[in-house]
Amino acid sequence: MLHIVNKSPYENRTLENCLRVITHEDGAALLLIEDAVYAATKGNIAENLLKGVMGKIKIYALWPDLEARGMQDRVIDGIKLVDYGGFVDLVAEHRNNQSWL
Amino acid sequence: MTEATGGIDFEEESAGVVKKFMFVNRKAPYGTIYALEGLEVVLISAAFDQDVSLVFLDDGVYQIVKGQHTKAIDVKNFSPTYRALEGYDIEKLYVLKESLEERGLTVDDLLVDVEVLDAAGMARLMAEQDVVLSF
Repeated sequence: MLHIVNKSPYENRTLENCLRVITHEDGAALLLIEDAVYAATKGNIAENLLKGVMGKIKIYALWPDLEARGMQDRVIDGIKLVDYGGFVDLVAEHRNNQSWL
Repeated sequence: MTEATGGIDFEEESAGVVKKFMFVNRKAPYGTIYALEGLEVVLISAAFDQDVSLVFLDDGVYQIVKGQHTKAIDVKNFSPTYRALEGYDIEKLYVLKESLEERGLTVDDLLVDVEVLDAAGMARLMAEQDVVLSF
């Protein structure tokens, strides 16, 4: 299952709420887009949110959104970057997906 | 030939394919239109004889608390509609345990019968769905 988050971890608790209902089996994945890409960056208080699930699920961030925000050089090691084509591939590869609006 | 139907294969539909549909409700009822719109889509889905589950996560649990009275804000109180879902054969309602507890609520505060799932149980239920629609 693919989970898609689009809100900054500083704006609300969507990312935390999402992370607690992600299975750690069967190829679960998290894709960070729009303001959620701030959660994919290191050296900040939100970093530990993702540190806890690193290695248990696959984590992706949308490169165009990182780049637009000037965050492209701060990405946490181990987070995979995808472009729009990669976004489409992720949706197609997974059985289902949940957008945490 | 599905060109005329926008790619939807109605032959397959009529053959009785039943998919697992989950509606994820995560917003409180009156601050935004999500909850009401989600409920309307759930009611529409009842016409298609699918395997429908409703889950209430995060502020979504506030949609089904008892004692909603909306007269003074001049908005329709749609909470009684959740009690009518049973009549449309939508009987699988789930609530995340942590979402209730964080808000100081228990199942006794809810106006419908629900199954309470912990985070791991909720994660499994979501992962097994064919379609997940989020409101």
